[in-house]
Amino acid sequence: MTEFESSPTHIPPDRLRVWSFHPATWLLVPLAAILFQVYVPRFLSYLSYLELPLLVTVYFSVMRRQPPAGALTGCLIGLGQDALTHHYLGMYGIVKTLIGYSAASLSLRFDVDNSGLRFLLGFGFFMAHQVLYWALSHALLGTHDALHVPQTFIAAILNAVVALPLFQVLDRLKSEAR
Amino acid sequence: MDGLFSRYRNMSALLALLAGQLLLLAWQIKSDGDTRLIRVWAVTAVTPIVRGLEAVRVGTGGLAQRWFMAGALESENARLKHRTGDLEIRNQLLAEQLQQAGRAQALLEFRSQLSSRSLPATILGNVPGVQSGVFFIDRGSPDGVKRGMAVVTGDGIAGQVVAVYPSASLIMLATSQGFAASVTSQKHRTHGLLKGDGNSCHVEGIRNEQALDEGEWFYTSGDDRIFPRGLRVGPVRSVRDGSEGKEVEVRPAALDGDVSEVLILLDAVHGQIPDLATPSQPDVQVLPPPPEDARESAAAAAAAASPTPGGSGATPRTDADRLKERYKRIVEGQNIQIGVTPYRAPDFNRQPAAAPAGAGAAAEVQPPGGTAQPGAPPAATAPAGKATPATPKAEPKRTPATLPSTGERR
Repeated sequence: MTEFESSPTHIPPDRLRVWSFHPATWLLVPLAAILFQVYVPRFLSYLSYLELPLLVTVYFSVMRRQPPAGALTGCLIGLGQDALTHHYLGMYGIVKTLIGYSAASLSLRFDVDNSGLRFLLGFGFFMAHQVLYWALSHALLGTHDALHVPQTFIAAILNAVVALPLFQVLDRLKSEAR
Repeated sequence: MDGLFSRYRNMSALLALLAGQLLLLAWQIKSDGDTRLIRVWAVTAVTPIVRGLEAVRVGTGGLAQRWFMAGALESENARLKHRTGDLEIRNQLLAEQLQQAGRAQALLEFRSQLSSRSLPATILGNVPGVQSGVFFIDRGSPDGVKRGMAVVTGDGIAGQVVAVYPSASLIMLATSQGFAASVTSQKHRTHGLLKGDGNSCHVEGIRNEQALDEGEWFYTSGDDRIFPRGLRVGPVRSVRDGSEGKEVEVRPAALDGDVSEVLILLDAVHGQIPDLATPSQPDVQVLPPPPEDARESAAAAAAAASPTPGGSGATPRTDADRLKERYKRIVEGQNIQIGVTPYRAPDFNRQPAAAPAGAGAAAEVQPPGGTAQPGAPPAATAPAGKATPATPKAEPKRTPATLPSTGERR
């Protein structure tokens, strides 16, 4: 028995379905999310506020409903992001590992097909992602970067708005796991 | 032990992943080890895709515009509109090419003026992360790029190289957090440290008593051994006294517009900070005196406007002259000699004695009696048309306004 089996769930068991994806989807969607951050903001600078790798991490985690799988997904996407920066490897990895684990844990208790909940997931996990990254930078690297709370709040709303259609599109790529 | 792991396998997996990454992080920090292999793989894998996307964008951009334009024009006159659309597209493409050529030419001109050896580069894309301020450029280690090299544009310093790979490099913009450069102001030669804060730049290390003006330009001082002396940075946007020195915000001139082409200084050579240009012309311009002929003609015109039949030549031409003439006649009318003791002050409220014929006729209207009229009503009440004739023959019949009072005459 795991620690989650004793926790109360808010969804009926018939809706507690686990989804799987084609291996190419696992590879190409995160890669596309990272490439989006690399390429698109050059032409549309306001899109640099979109954290698509985070949204993809959250989506895959809540669809698999397995916290270890969510943590691993976040870890790999985060490390991929880290590899393209000049920072130390592992900063985005640690943050997205925690986000993936938390998202998968939440999906065991709530119906993640609900649009309102998806909005809240996008908003909450973006805020958590930014705060965690800022806290880790302070604690582990000793940086003194400022956390711009109002900007982060607005960016979280924008990411949550984008998460709704993005999750709808990704829903077409899923298939029920056996 | 196995039972413990199987019972808490979720948490165990999370802790294992976190511990692994923390160890990786600790190893990098401890040994200052650059995980170069992983980064080279990642950049080498991503760069061709980005180059391909860029090629596709350039190749299909014109076609997409043409398609959208044609679709919108089908509802109207197809032939004429199609021609207009083609011309517009061509115009846009030419304008874009012209703009690119202009930017490239400006950069080349700037490069030719630089004493440092430089390498032009094109920005390919952003580094992932929210507002990271770090960009990929299409120059790498085979081109001679090294970490720490300065990145400039024709408008000033743009950033610094922070990582170099075989196929690309990473540059950090001047507004990024972590950027620093030693700068000095142009006018007051005030030294400071330029730092990026994510959105703009601040200059630190300037004491409150040091002089610095808003709008004053900062240049690189060359003290940081990264940027050579004499490169433009930007004007001071705001300056105010703070608790730990002046709080100075600087607007980097190089990052004002779209930055797509940059120069990497391969071999930095110090230059000079230009002095402030002194204005060649004063703000107030003094016109040259009018020619003698013009002055004479103006005097003649004034004399014609106020003729003096007596030929005295003391025609009052200004209000001050007329006032002086009036006071002089008041004093003479009261038989007072100025400067002679015992001194009796003249009564300037009284009307002055009659002016000489013609003199000051335009200045004030006098009663035709020819003498002072103490106590009489103000002469201005008389009609102007009746006061102008000043000859004795033209003396009209006495009016109540011109009757002598009983006081002074007696």
